[in-house]
Parts: sequence; C-alpha cells; structure tokens
Amino acid sequence: MTTMLRSMLLVHARPRIARVFALLLALVGATACAQAGELPGDSVYRLDIPLVDQNGTGSHLADRRGRPQLISMFYTSCQYVCPLIIDTLRTTERSLDPAERQNLDVLVVSFDPERDTPVQLKNVFDKRKLDAGRWTLARTEAPNVRKFAAALDIRYRALADGEINHATALVLLDRDGRIVARSSTLGSADPDFVAAIRTTLAAHARSP
Amino acid sequence: MTIARTFGCLVAMACIAIATNARAADYISLPGGDFASVLPAVSDDAQDRTLAPPPVTIASFLLREEPVTNAEFLAFVRAHPDWRRDRVAGLFAEARYLSHWQSANALGTDARESQPVTHVSWFAAQAFCESEGARLPSWYEWEYAAAADETRTDARADPAWRDRILGWYATPSNAPLAEIGGAANVYGVRDLHGLVWEWVDDAGALLVASDSRDQNDPDKLAFCGAGALELKDRDNYAVLMRIALLSSLKAADTTANLGFRCAKSIEGKRR
Repeated sequence: MTTMLRSMLLVHARPRIARVFALLLALVGATACAQAGELPGDSVYRLDIPLVDQNGTGSHLADRRGRPQLISMFYTSCQYVCPLIIDTLRTTERSLDPAERQNLDVLVVSFDPERDTPVQLKNVFDKRKLDAGRWTLARTEAPNVRKFAAALDIRYRALADGEINHATALVLLDRDGRIVARSSTLGSADPDFVAAIRTTLAAHARSP
Repeated sequence: MTIARTFGCLVAMACIAIATNARAADYISLPGGDFASVLPAVSDDAQDRTLAPPPVTIASFLLREEPVTNAEFLAFVRAHPDWRRDRVAGLFAEARYLSHWQSANALGTDARESQPVTHVSWFAAQAFCESEGARLPSWYEWEYAAAADETRTDARADPAWRDRILGWYATPSNAPLAEIGGAANVYGVRDLHGLVWEWVDDAGALLVASDSRDQNDPDKLAFCGAGALELKDRDNYAVLMRIALLSSLKAADTTANLGFRCAKSIEGKRR
C-alpha cells in the first residue's frame, strides 16, 4: 500500500521532492508501525468484523484502533430504550471537556441487521443530529452481531414480535481495543464511567 | 492358515476403524415444526399471561449426530493453530481452555479420543463449526432435538423421561467423562442428555427477561429473578438447568462438562 502510494506520488514529483516525500512516508510508516505493535490478546479488535456505517461506507472494526472508543448496541425500531441509549452516550460525552471529547469516537452497532439498513441508520443519525466527525452508527451481518455482543458481554434476544430484549451497556475501549470500563446506567452520565473515560483519554494524550 | 485369517481379519477391522475415525461428521436432518419451548418467543407485554405462549416455529435443519470429540477438536486445532491453547487470544478463551489435554497439540492420557471435547469456549466452538461449514444450533433447535426420546419426538411430559435426565445431573461430575455413542433418539441424534452440557449459538441471549425499559429495578437488567418468572413449564428442571448454566457463562468461559455439537441450516430455509 505504502509502496503503491509512493510510486503514484513519484510519477508527478521531481527527484529531489520525491526523495523528501519518500523519507516522509518512511517516517510516517515507521511511526505507524511503532504505534501499532502486537494487538493485545484481550483486544476486541481480535474480532474480524466488517461494518457498514450510516453513509453506506464499509470498514472493519479493527480499523478503529488508535483512538479510545465509546461503544454501545441498539436497534432503531426500538421505541423504548434505544433513544435513551443515544441520549446517555451524548450526556456522557458532554460531561467531558471539548478538548477531551475530540479524542473519543462513538460507535453504536445494531442488533438488528435485517431492518437497520444504512438508510435507516442515516435517518436516526440525522434526526438525532449526531456529530459526523466522531459518531458512527453501524450494521454487520447477524453472526457478527452475535460475536460482537459476546465479546462485549452484551446480552440480547430477538423476540417473535420483532422486539429485541437486550441488556444495556456502554463500553469504553482503550486505543488498542481493550475493555477498560462499562456502565449500565441509563438516562444520566455514570460518574465512575466518566472518570474512566477521562483517565483513558489522558493516558492516550500522554503518549499519542 | 488360521493365523493368517485372523491377521487378515484384524487388518480389515483396523481399516474399518481408521475409516470410521476419518470420515466426516454425520449430520442428521430434523423436520422442524411448531414447538412449545420453555423460553417464550414473545415479550411479556405482548402476550396475555393467562394463555399458553404461542409455539416457536423451527425450520428443518441438520444437527450433528454426536457432540464434537477430543479427536475431532485436536484435528481442528492442528489445522488452525490460532486455536491452540498456547496461542489463542484471551478474548476468545480463558486460561482453562483445553487445559485437560496433555499439551497444546496432543491429548495425552486424560483426554480420550472419543470423549466429547470440553473446556471449550463459545468462540472456539463457533470457529470449529465454521470450519466444517456449520454453526452452533440455536437454543430452540437444541431444545427441540433434545425433547425427543428413543420413540417419541416430544417426551417431555413423561415423568420417567424427566427422572432419567435428572438422574444424570445427580451423578457426581468428578467421574471420568463417558465416550460418545449413547442410544439414538427418534431422529437418530445421540448424547443430547447424559454426557455433557452443550453450547448454543444464542447462549448469550438466554434469560434476558425484562427489557431494560424497566428502569425501576436495575437488577432486572441481569437475568435471574425476572427471567425465571418468564420461563414456562417450570417443572422441567432438566431443561431449565441448561438455560441457567448457559446464561451464567461468558463467551470466553470454559468448563469441564461443557462441550458442543454443530448444526446447519438447510438451503433456503430460515432459522
């Protein structure tokens, strides 16, 4: 990938500039490698889970490595708790300073891939006026939903009438995808959970 | 002459034994249909509690005749070294994973080839099933298959059936695990009872009873109290104990008595 990028750039660059470019790319590459390192064994990013977001854009769960993540699960046809989950995620991140908040991404994955198409996710995204820079509503295929929920220990059961019974959990991942903290408080920001987010963000800021 | 014949006979038997060992796992086709599960498929608010819950509809599916054995799981681990106990990621299996084997790629003397494999996590069981183009059965599929005895598809109302299964739960679990090959039920599936507990695909989904919309009691987000109230047929302890065990486990957990078997959907049928 890097090689490809480099050769693409070289086509248009003069030799001297090209050398500087190559050096820069090498440096960036080296930094990325140093930062990446071996994925911890208990990292949620050990899961191979493709995601599609509210814009229909595909990615992998493990692509989120590098920044702390606030994670939860929901389904959009839910009338009761799911609006509350988004409210709680929002309240939680609003209790952070704007500078802290900038380093936190929010990912909410649907329990219900059948009904939660990207269009449906986009509706909710727009209606709730979520921050497109940091928030992602995503779907993945049913077997992956099962594995993702299992890794986060979020229990749910689809019922015949279309409702999905589920435990509510907000989960904090550090930048390597390890579960640092969780909360099942709904409706308000859980102070212990917010404190854990702060600590994680501070550790991230110290050695970015 | 006699010796030669005996020898030939032995060789033939050995060949049959080897052939039997190496053949692909047998899957049995189950017809499916409406089934009264102990776990209702509708939420409490959606049903009139005075009525029996509507049955669950199960599409026809394929189920492994036997639980997965140590030998089969060893072959899987050798082919997929990421699942060796010394290499598996902690996310997928806790420290006791395959701890009864002599080493990461040998069974040793304490784990016999034909015993069901135990000390396997839900993630490992899923990965095994995927490796043979299968999946774990859903709880409903498992419960449906396990409702049968040798002659009836649903023997659950028979006190003798219940006693027999409960009798197994009463036997101490420190005795060595028996080998597979118990009596076939009416479908031809073996060892659903009496040998090991088995993972199901939706193990993490059992006993979520009250939805978290009920904000008055935070404990209801967990499972026990409220969940138990919702279960039907509370005399069926044998089945309820399974649910209690499975719902208490996390997906990386393993136990000495918990194994699994795989299932397959039949093309074009919804689960």
